[in-house]
Formats: sequence, C-alpha cells, structure tokens
Amino acid sequence: MWKWLHPYAKAERAYQLCNTLMPYFAVITVVCLTVGWVWGLAYAPADYQQKDSYRIIFIHVPSAILSMGAYSSMAIAAIIALVWQIRNAELAVISIAPVGAAMTAIALITGAAWGKPMWGAWWVWDARLTSELILLFLYLGVLSLYHAFEDKKSAGRAACILAVVGVINLPIIHFSVEWWNTLHQGATITKFDTSAIDSSMLWPLLINIIAFAGFVGVVTLIRLKNEILQCERHRPWVRELVGRGE
Amino acid sequence: MAQHSYWQLFFSVYSKDVTLAFRQRSEIVNPLLFFLIVITLFPLAIGPEPALLKRMAPGIIWVAALLSTMLGLDKLFRDDYNDGSLEQLIASPYPLSLSVLAKVFAHWTITGLPMVLMAPMFALLMNLESQALGATVLTLLIGTPLLSFIGAIGAALTVGLQKGGILMSLLVLPLYIPVLIFATSAIDTSSMSLAYGGQLAILGAMLAVASVCAPIAISSALKVSVS
Repeated sequence: MWKWLHPYAKAERAYQLCNTLMPYFAVITVVCLTVGWVWGLAYAPADYQQKDSYRIIFIHVPSAILSMGAYSSMAIAAIIALVWQIRNAELAVISIAPVGAAMTAIALITGAAWGKPMWGAWWVWDARLTSELILLFLYLGVLSLYHAFEDKKSAGRAACILAVVGVINLPIIHFSVEWWNTLHQGATITKFDTSAIDSSMLWPLLINIIAFAGFVGVVTLIRLKNEILQCERHRPWVRELVGRGE
Repeated sequence: MAQHSYWQLFFSVYSKDVTLAFRQRSEIVNPLLFFLIVITLFPLAIGPEPALLKRMAPGIIWVAALLSTMLGLDKLFRDDYNDGSLEQLIASPYPLSLSVLAKVFAHWTITGLPMVLMAPMFALLMNLESQALGATVLTLLIGTPLLSFIGAIGAALTVGLQKGGILMSLLVLPLYIPVLIFATSAIDTSSMSLAYGGQLAILGAMLAVASVCAPIAISSALKVSVS
C-alpha cells in the first residue's frame, strides 16, 4: 500500500489525483443535494409535533456530522504530515480547516434557528451545543495560527501540531462538557437516535449527509489544488499548466 | 554518567529560570496581583451578597487562575528565543523535551505555586466555607501545573511570532475547558460536604497524561518556531 501511496507525496501527482477525484465528488454532491433537499424539504412528511420547522434537520444534522468528520480527517492529515513529513498533507490540513469551520458555523446557526421555535431560546448551554462551539474555537485557532506565520512552511507545521493537540483534547473536552451539563441540570433534549426516526425522514437525511460529505470533499479538493499551485508556483509543471490556461 | 547529566540539565535549566524570576520579583508578584484584582472585580460587578458570591466563587477563582497563568506564559520561551539560548537548547545533545519539562516546571513554580499558597485567602474573600478551602487548594495544586503544560504548547507555537500573546490565549483557552470544569465541580461538591475525590482523580489523570505528552508537543512546536 505504501508503494501505491508514496507517489502522491509529489505535488504534481497529488494535483492530478485531485483532478481525477473532483468530478466524482461533484456529481455526488449535485445529485444527492438536489434529491436530498427536494425530498427532505418538500416531500418528506411533516413532523406530528414540530410540524414543518423540523425540516431544518436536513441541513443541521449533516453539517454537524461533517463538522466533526472534517476535524478528524484534518487531524489524520496532520498526523501524516508530522510523522512522514509530507508537505501535501500539511496543505490538506489547511484546505480542510476553513471548510470544517464553515460546517461548524452552519451547524451552530441552524441549530440556533431551530432552537428558537422548539426550545424558546436561541442558545442553551447544552453539552452538545457547547462542545460544537468549542470545536469552532479549535478550528479558528488552527486557522489563525496558520495565517499568523509569515513563512508558510513553518505555518503549516505549526497548524498540524495544533490540530493533533486539538484532536487529543477533543474527546476529553466533549466528555467533560457532557459531564458538566448532566451535573448541573437534566438533559434538555433527548439523544438523537437514528432508529427512532421514521424511514420516510431517515432516507432524505442520509442522502443529505452523503451530499454534504461530497460538498466538503469538492471544496477541500478545490482549495487543495490552489494551495498546491501556490506552493509550487516556481516549478516548471505549474508554469506550463498556467501557461496553457487551464 | 548519562543519568547524572540528565538531572544536571534539568536542574540547571530549572534553577536558571527560577533565579531569573526571583531577581526580577515583579514576574512573581504581578500575576498574583492580577489574580487578586480580577477577584475584586467580580463582587463589584455582580453585587456583594455573600450567598451569590459563595455560589460563584469556584468559577471566579478558577477563571482568575486561568487568566493569570496566561500572563506569564508569553515570557516562558520569549526571552530564551530572543537571546538565542533556545537554539542552544535545541542544538544540545540532550533531549529537548527534558529541558522543556524543566522550563514548564519552573513556570509553575513562579506563577502556579504562589497562587496555590494564596488560595485560602482568595477563598475567604469569596465567602467559601472552610470545608471548601481544602478543595480549592488541592484543585489548584493539581490544576495549575496542568495549565502550565497546556499553555506551554501554545507559547511554543507562537514564540516565533511578533505579536503572539493574544493568539496564544485564543489557542490555549479552549484547551483549558476540561480543567476548569473538573476543578470547579470539585470545589462545588466539596462545599456541599460531598466527596470530591473523583474529580481530583480525573484532574490527576489529565496531569499524568499531560506531563508525558505535552513536552513532546512543546519540543516539536519549538523546533518549528525556531527553524
């Protein structure tokens, strides 16, 4: 497997890989997003209690799942970058971070918009909300650390170290926040359980999760391509590429 | 022979930092004064009712402790970075994580330990019951080295930057949240005369993990910052 993976440490090959993967992710995103949103927002039955306002679940839940998924993939890329000193993995970390931060922000904002009619408050200090907010802080920390460095090489390495430190701390933060909440007050929302949701709502939700995953993939790949070009801009292959006008 | 010189390295780095701090005492006194002033601000802001203060005391004491730990962190590697001795530590044949451990321990002696010693007085200022005094001291005793370890990671990442101070607090404060939660809940439970050994044990476990893992992270961050 190593033999198969190793060529992608070279920037040019990684760029080509991005180009080959892009269409697949793009098709998945467009198809699933259209199907998922139309099905979820128009055809799925209304909730007997929450009426139509529950439909925000089709944006809220996928973005919340992807906010965590993006952080874990960022941390995996960071570990690869630190252990094997692969520059492309550093670039991948930087490409994922803003996308993940955006997902976290979407989850928080849609959650607030959902919370207002359901709980009567824009924000409650519930364990899940709080750990999502802290996740946003961790993302912003990685981003601001990266942009604070003049030298982008050490910036990437520093961001990787912070991402790894963050991923070690994330479970501790998550469980401590959960524990803190249950100590002070009872749980205000019951846990979201996939088996407790009707299949007419579950299917569009799953499709939307796949669509969001594809979307994160596409945006990350676009950003990664740009980062690679930026980083390798003095190399002949990039000049050739740019000269061709592609 | 080798073991002997490891100890020598540890103690020489440690004693250098502590001696420097004692020569310039404001480094020790200022964080303590800051701690005291932050604690004074809260009764002025939220009102002096003893019951209210008693309820909020653990949180106030610990938030003040977090903030005053941050004060000394920026200086932790900055001076050594500026005068070049940090590069010498990295270039030396001894493991960098060991000298980093010594530096973090020195930072704790300078900022954390005085806070632990002054904690009973702060607890009295906030009307905490006498049974909560012990918990306050114990959580600070276990928690402040943890703060120094986690904070040193942020300090090491930002030491090469011109204005690293604010950025460092942005990086470090989210990571302090578990410490804050467990420490304040230990003081809370102790003021209700319940057993708070569980929270202390978790804090201790976090300290054990941090004292092993943090020096590695700190030294690799320092290498990035210096290169």
